[in-house]
Amino acid sequence: MVPLNYFLILAAILFCLGVIGFVMKRNLITMFMSIELMLNSVNLTFVAFSRHINVLSGQIFVFFVMVIAAAEAAVGLAIIVAFYRNRESLNVDEVDRMKL
Amino acid sequence: MTLPQVPILPILPELILTLFGIAVMLFDPFTAKPHKSWLSSLAFIGVLAALAGNVLLLAAEGEYYNGMIIVDSFSVFFNFLFLIIAGLSILASRQYLVREGVNHSEYYGLLLFATVGMCFMGGANELIMIFIGLEITSISTYVLAGFRRTDLKSNEAAIKYFLLGSFATAFLLYGIALMYGATHTTHLSQISSALLTGRIDLRLVLAGTALMMVGFSFKVATAPFQIWTPDVYEGAPIPVTGWMSVGPKAAGFAAFLRVFFVALPALDQKWFWVLWVSSVLTMTIGNTAAMLQSNIKRMLAYSSIAHAGYILVAFAALTPNGIASIMFYLLAYSVMNLGAFAVISAWSLSGERRVTIDEFAGLGYRQPWLAAAFTVFLLGLTGIPLTAGFTGKFFMFRAAINSKLYWLTIIALLNSAASLYYYLRPTIAMYMREPGESGRTSAPQDSAPLQISMATKVVIAVSVLAVFYLGLFPSTILDFAQSSAFLVH
Amino acid sequence: MNFLKYIWLIPLLPLVGCFFNGVFGKRFSKVTIDFFALGSTLLSFLCSVGAVWQLSRLQPEERVFNLNLFEWIPAGVALTAHGFANFSIQWGYRLDPLSAVMILVVTGVGFLIHVYSTGYMAHEHGPHLGGYYRFFSYLNLFMFSMLTLVLANNFALMFVGWEGVGLCSYLLIGFYFHKKSAGDAGKKAFIVNRIGDAGFMLGMFLIFQTFGSLDFGTVMARAAEAPIEVYGSVGVLTAIGILLFLGATGKSAQLPLYTWLPDAMEGPTPVSALIHAATMVTAGVYMVSRTSVIYTHAPTAMMVVAVVGGVTAIFAASIGLVQNDIKRVLAYSTVSQLGYMFLACGVGAYFVGIFHLMTHAFFKALLFLGAGSVIHALSGEQDLRRMGALKNKIPKTYVTMLAATLAISGIPPFAGFFSKDEILWQAFSSEYGRWWLWLIGVVAALMTAFYMFRLIFLTFYNESRVDPEVEHHIHESPSNMIVPLQILAVLSVIGGFVQIPKFLFGGFDGFERWLEPVFKHPATEAGAAAVEHASLGAEAGLALFSVVVALTGIYLAYRFYYRPSSAPDRAMASAKPVYTVLFNKYYMDKIYDALFVNRTKDLGNALWAFDRGVIDGGVNGSGWFTRFTANVSCWWDKWIVDGLVNVVGFTVKMLSYPLRILQTGFVQSYAFLMVLGIIAFIWLYVLR
Repeated sequence: MVPLNYFLILAAILFCLGVIGFVMKRNLITMFMSIELMLNSVNLTFVAFSRHINVLSGQIFVFFVMVIAAAEAAVGLAIIVAFYRNRESLNVDEVDRMKL
Repeated sequence: MTLPQVPILPILPELILTLFGIAVMLFDPFTAKPHKSWLSSLAFIGVLAALAGNVLLLAAEGEYYNGMIIVDSFSVFFNFLFLIIAGLSILASRQYLVREGVNHSEYYGLLLFATVGMCFMGGANELIMIFIGLEITSISTYVLAGFRRTDLKSNEAAIKYFLLGSFATAFLLYGIALMYGATHTTHLSQISSALLTGRIDLRLVLAGTALMMVGFSFKVATAPFQIWTPDVYEGAPIPVTGWMSVGPKAAGFAAFLRVFFVALPALDQKWFWVLWVSSVLTMTIGNTAAMLQSNIKRMLAYSSIAHAGYILVAFAALTPNGIASIMFYLLAYSVMNLGAFAVISAWSLSGERRVTIDEFAGLGYRQPWLAAAFTVFLLGLTGIPLTAGFTGKFFMFRAAINSKLYWLTIIALLNSAASLYYYLRPTIAMYMREPGESGRTSAPQDSAPLQISMATKVVIAVSVLAVFYLGLFPSTILDFAQSSAFLVH
Repeated sequence: MNFLKYIWLIPLLPLVGCFFNGVFGKRFSKVTIDFFALGSTLLSFLCSVGAVWQLSRLQPEERVFNLNLFEWIPAGVALTAHGFANFSIQWGYRLDPLSAVMILVVTGVGFLIHVYSTGYMAHEHGPHLGGYYRFFSYLNLFMFSMLTLVLANNFALMFVGWEGVGLCSYLLIGFYFHKKSAGDAGKKAFIVNRIGDAGFMLGMFLIFQTFGSLDFGTVMARAAEAPIEVYGSVGVLTAIGILLFLGATGKSAQLPLYTWLPDAMEGPTPVSALIHAATMVTAGVYMVSRTSVIYTHAPTAMMVVAVVGGVTAIFAASIGLVQNDIKRVLAYSTVSQLGYMFLACGVGAYFVGIFHLMTHAFFKALLFLGAGSVIHALSGEQDLRRMGALKNKIPKTYVTMLAATLAISGIPPFAGFFSKDEILWQAFSSEYGRWWLWLIGVVAALMTAFYMFRLIFLTFYNESRVDPEVEHHIHESPSNMIVPLQILAVLSVIGGFVQIPKFLFGGFDGFERWLEPVFKHPATEAGAAAVEHASLGAEAGLALFSVVVALTGIYLAYRFYYRPSSAPDRAMASAKPVYTVLFNKYYMDKIYDALFVNRTKDLGNALWAFDRGVIDGGVNGSGWFTRFTANVSCWWDKWIVDGLVNVVGFTVKMLSYPLRILQTGFVQSYAFLMVLGIIAFIWLYVLR
């Protein structure tokens, strides 16, 4: 059986990749996908823990998270579409009208 | 075999709000444009019904749904607070939405759904439930922030809030996962008892605590996670800004308080110092940055950061009195801020023009009542006695002093004194400057008499009364808060 | 009718007046506005008289009347040094001999000033001038706040009045809001006061923490049982005393927070008389007297009070010597006289502080109202250099102002003589007194006599320097302005007879005995016994000396300014050694430039000049000292207080740079900052 730590470290690596992607990538859609990556790495953590400690609830949480991620995707993409209509661009650096 | 009973009473306010929210959105396509305003009335009735439902909750204290939901006076207090905020916000938005040409009833539906999420945050007894409530609130708020779809600033506020909000939520969720792995549960009281047994991986718990604190700090906009606030508050439609600065913030604090005092009291020496530092940073950043602003929405955004810092002062007191004073202050701050934003919304012109501080010049003569109310709200935010702001701050700082947090209180008092500097600026502009003195010449139609709708007037009047009521007779509310704070602690 | 049961009416009545005038005033005629404003104040005065009369019928020990109206801030249990204390604040009033004096002064002088204002502000009334009703509404609101302050029976309610008067002061200073200076002055007053308020609040918290209550009766009873702290040490009582005194320096315009008061003269003159001379600014003195038990147990705090009071007295008086604006002279004089009151409190003679507070309320209100009458006569002119020879044109104003000036200079038998002499005597003889405190008081008295008669000579004597345009408009003020002046003049003459020193006709200590129940407790009784044996001859001798000093001041003013043929400018040019030193600005400014402005540049040179300034002899020395303090005060004002404002501005500006770097508006830099924050959090939790 694969030890728990392998899953946890994989999840942590995926989470960090998501963070880095969010901070580095300039495309709004890519940033959004990075967030999805972060959420899914958390899901992986949940499932791994759940299997390891033999408590089922962790696997059920994953469904909640997925549902919520889907709702977030619907709203988020709509906001991005509205931005694209106004600006004809998906570059996050153009979101800079307000500062200081 | 017996089927488990499914009680509906413990979530009655949430159910009522959801039903009314759905109804508002369903009726929208069948309502001709001129009659749309009755949908906002429907939403308002929904809030009133939920308030009535909330009264019934008082008789149903206990844990429900396998302990996921808890009904106690703490959650009932916050339900009241969220419903009052929702009701005032609905009234305050009516005229604004028509004026800006975005009178779509989704607005009211989303406001109700967000309130559902907030109520869940107040009544959750379990981390995943808190996460769900928080996301229901957040997702509705993302849309509301960008409700003026074609306006670039509003659009930008939505994008920023959405991206950074989801980013922060991911950390919160990761923290929950780590906590789950370490303690094998997500129930708050079970986490607390698991921590006391000592047979757990403390590093996982600490990492989980840190990440959860990130999530909550983002929601309540405290340093170093306040960075998104000014931009989002400036760009969002005025009534939404007013609502965001009190509603989701109060909900964040409700969950923040419950998680840290119920589940993690064993670690309080760990998180006390983080709160201490965060509090000082938050107050100072908020107040100094507020002094630099010319846009009043942005100024109030920084001021809202500063107020979150004051609340952390009482949080760091780690006593039931501290919790009670936070609950009281959230109510006081809510009415003051909602009132202030209602005034801004009434004075601004379509397209959100006339929102810089200089442009408040002459309000004192043109609308003496409006100016007087605005002065009351600003003085309340400063913390002048006889207003809610004073009693609220008084209770919070007293709690901190009782816990021997002298330096923190001194810093808070100095910050509070400094805040007068920027709260006075609109007052001076209103009473002591002539319009157009700042060099701008206003267009002739801008000086046409203001039409302030009845709903807005009601919001302002209620807020003024509440500011004075809480300032003069805080006893009823405070007693209630104190009794519930002992339950949580 | 039992007036004591109705003392809540005393503050409430002006609030009612404020409400009616504030809400409906725009539609009222002038008569109706006057009716509400004056009627409510007069009724309040009558209620006060009734209540005080009934209080005086009681036995001295029983002269405390507490009336709790309702619970304002409810109970909550908190752990204090006094065990678990029930934190509960009543909305309650307390009438005892001390608050009795205060309410009589506030409502009495307040009413007279209301009457005066109906004349002074009359031109503000009219359909397009919204000022009249607004003015009276604010004035009544002020009366409400001030009466709440002095009648409150606990610190929290007192703080409500404390902030309320600050707010009204701000509103009234900025009354002529179309003048930018007026708005700025109002803001300055408010902000400077807030610094003091922070001290008050901290003191209040510390009191609760120490004594487990905020009620005056309870706190004082518990404080009386506390051991007296060692002089020179800083115990908790000293900390409380100093924090509360910080609040007092803000409200009562003492060093270092005095600078708002001169600027406050931007407000209408009746406001200066009521708020910035007679009542509000004395709130600090009242507060220190109210908490006298705490101070008596904290000798270090008392010394701080005495020194700050004394130094303020001399500093402010020296600035008053060179001012040319009639109201500013009076403003600095007020700061100086308030310093006297604190000096009295600091040497443990609280009843004298209150005594001087009362007489000062009479003569300083009169001086301001008289100045208002002069300004009124001269169509708004405030510059002493453009006045003169008004004695025969406005004789009634002249006579009343002369009475007040004699009173403030300390000439017997005017009221000021009795109170000022008692302060000097106490500063010399009390167990907390020091000879140098007395000396400071005497020098300040000399300056006071000088600048006040300078004002009188420049205003009423010599040839007229009035603008010819204004000249033929000069007229005596209407009777509703003159009558209050005359009443106050009578009070300035006879007001001191309530307390007469022993060496005069056997003496009379009615005022002291009246206040005795408030200030009496074991610690003061020991002190009183110590004073008892002091010699009668020494007291008489010192009193005679201080009268001679005052006469000297008057004589100097006469020599410098009573010159029918020459204006002061020319008098300055015709040089005498003293003149040169006092008024040769070129020479002196150079020293102070070197000392303070360019002090980094040529410190040695400045020190040399300092030596020469001292060696040049007694006359030169004293003149130099006068200029020195005047300049230091100006320097303080210019560099420290304005500097503080600039520092705040500068700090804000500096802080804006990091903010500009942080708040870039880019989502990803925000996210990056958040990641840094997360790393910090994880470090704080896990790795530390």
